[in-house]
Amino acid sequence: MSILAILEQREGQWNKMSFETLAAAQQMAQELGTTAGAAVVGQGVGALAKELGTKRLEKVYAVEHELLKDYTPDAYAAALRQLVEHAKPSLVLFPHTYQVRDFLPKLATALDRVAVSDVVAHRVENGRPVFVRQLFQGKVNVDVRFAAGDPNFASLQAGAYRADQAAEGTAPVETFAPQLAAGQIRTRPLEWFRESARAVDLSAAEIIVSVGRGIKEADNIPLVQKLADALGAELAASRPICDAGWLPMARQVGSSGQTVAPKLYLAVGISGAIQHLVGMKGSRTVVAINKDPNAPILEIADYAIVGDLFQVVPELTAAVEKAKS
Amino acid sequence: MKIIVAIKQVPARDSQLRVASSGKWIEDADLTYEINEPDAYALEAGLQLKEKHGGEVAVLCAGPARAAQTIREALAKGADRAIHIEEEELGAYDPLAAARLLAAALQPEAPDLVLTGLQSDDLGYGQTGVILAELMGLPHATIIMQVEKQDGSIRVKRELENGWFQHVEMPLPALLTIQSGISKLRYATLMGIKKAKSKEIRRLTAGDLGVSASHPRITLERVYAPERSKRTQVFDGPPREAAAQLVEKLKFEARVI
Repeated sequence: MSILAILEQREGQWNKMSFETLAAAQQMAQELGTTAGAAVVGQGVGALAKELGTKRLEKVYAVEHELLKDYTPDAYAAALRQLVEHAKPSLVLFPHTYQVRDFLPKLATALDRVAVSDVVAHRVENGRPVFVRQLFQGKVNVDVRFAAGDPNFASLQAGAYRADQAAEGTAPVETFAPQLAAGQIRTRPLEWFRESARAVDLSAAEIIVSVGRGIKEADNIPLVQKLADALGAELAASRPICDAGWLPMARQVGSSGQTVAPKLYLAVGISGAIQHLVGMKGSRTVVAINKDPNAPILEIADYAIVGDLFQVVPELTAAVEKAKS
Repeated sequence: MKIIVAIKQVPARDSQLRVASSGKWIEDADLTYEINEPDAYALEAGLQLKEKHGGEVAVLCAGPARAAQTIREALAKGADRAIHIEEEELGAYDPLAAARLLAAALQPEAPDLVLTGLQSDDLGYGQTGVILAELMGLPHATIIMQVEKQDGSIRVKRELENGWFQHVEMPLPALLTIQSGISKLRYATLMGIKKAKSKEIRRLTAGDLGVSASHPRITLERVYAPERSKRTQVFDGPPREAAAQLVEKLKFEARVI
């Protein structure tokens, strides 16, 4: 069984999750007694492939085609299908990026398989991988196995594996030119853009007080603002709060918002869906205030107050003010 | 424009979940259910497109008999009709088999646009929409924040990581997976609820559609509560006491304030 890691780049820059997937492929290959390879897809990816040639891999594929310059699901799925049929890996690993979410189910379906998406961990049992993923927004875990023959597919959640554990070595680079025609590509991708210059740079904040659904309504936001003021903190929020327009999008923490790693992250009424956790799990100290003792946020919290935030937050504000005076 | 919105019924978001004694799923006897949140936004996007460009919005839902409640709510919000694939054991279907069910019901409808939420709040694979597009031979785009109809095509705004977006154009028919927050959700009006009672709900079974859950490509082995990666110090006393204990720890143990 050999493992192939499909890494992500855009305009010659790696997606930082790519090396997490590379490290995971090396680790699984070792545990399963097989070899790991890696592929990078695009146009003009020679330099990136050469960089992969300095890693401990059996082989590196530079999947090159002018129709792979700008990402489209049609071209990527077609090119990778051809690569999989050529390289014949048993297991193909991907970083669980927005791009992978867009084409991996299509690729797997074309090969009559189901990808195990958003994996957080794995183990090997009887020479076969067992993947751990989360259900119900992280409240419950599940062990998943492949039930079909090779090849199989899995995507790995951001932060589930450590990029700095990718081992060095040497690997030969093979250029793989897939057969693609412009007529196969049905979607036309346009330029990337941002909505507006970000007024708030949360990544620079030392302390962040973040608010979630538990706050119930917009009129209750000042309660949490007072706590943030007492702590000298930036106020942030989980996605639903910004979707509802209670706080600006610029203050959103999570996979679609900002990624932060402050000294102190205080999550008020945030249950801790995966999409939020990936944006803040690098914080040094995490505090959760939540009424649900089983909320996923408590799994990564150092300290937690289990109780009604409408009673707890004013008391906490008063206690912080007292401690600071 | 003929729009079909695929929706799913899931346990309510604030449900307290317990793992079932079988270890195969959660204890579901006392749960309350609601529409999967991203699907509610997909429905909203469909209704707004219809209001602007005319046509019809139908909802498609695979699920047990209890899903009829969620379907009626979608009709009350303004969907014109519904197709309910009644399947008590939807849990036995892997994402490919579940998408085959939906595809078999969708194919004869020949919709111009298929919409669904980007992922479900229960299983969270985030795959059904894309698999469905592949099975139906439709172009697709995922995590969509805006849909504009053009002549014979659509232009969508796709969300990317770290605050980036991208516009993508594609011909119709097409499939889109919709991100939560695409627009404000409407409530059903009293008139809507009244009208919903006379709207058509077509019931189909997996047998009618010639699809079964056999030969899954992946299997769920065991469901369990996650192990804590950190030892969490929990304060659950009266609020004032808990607040004082926390501040003490933050000041002297974590030394962050």
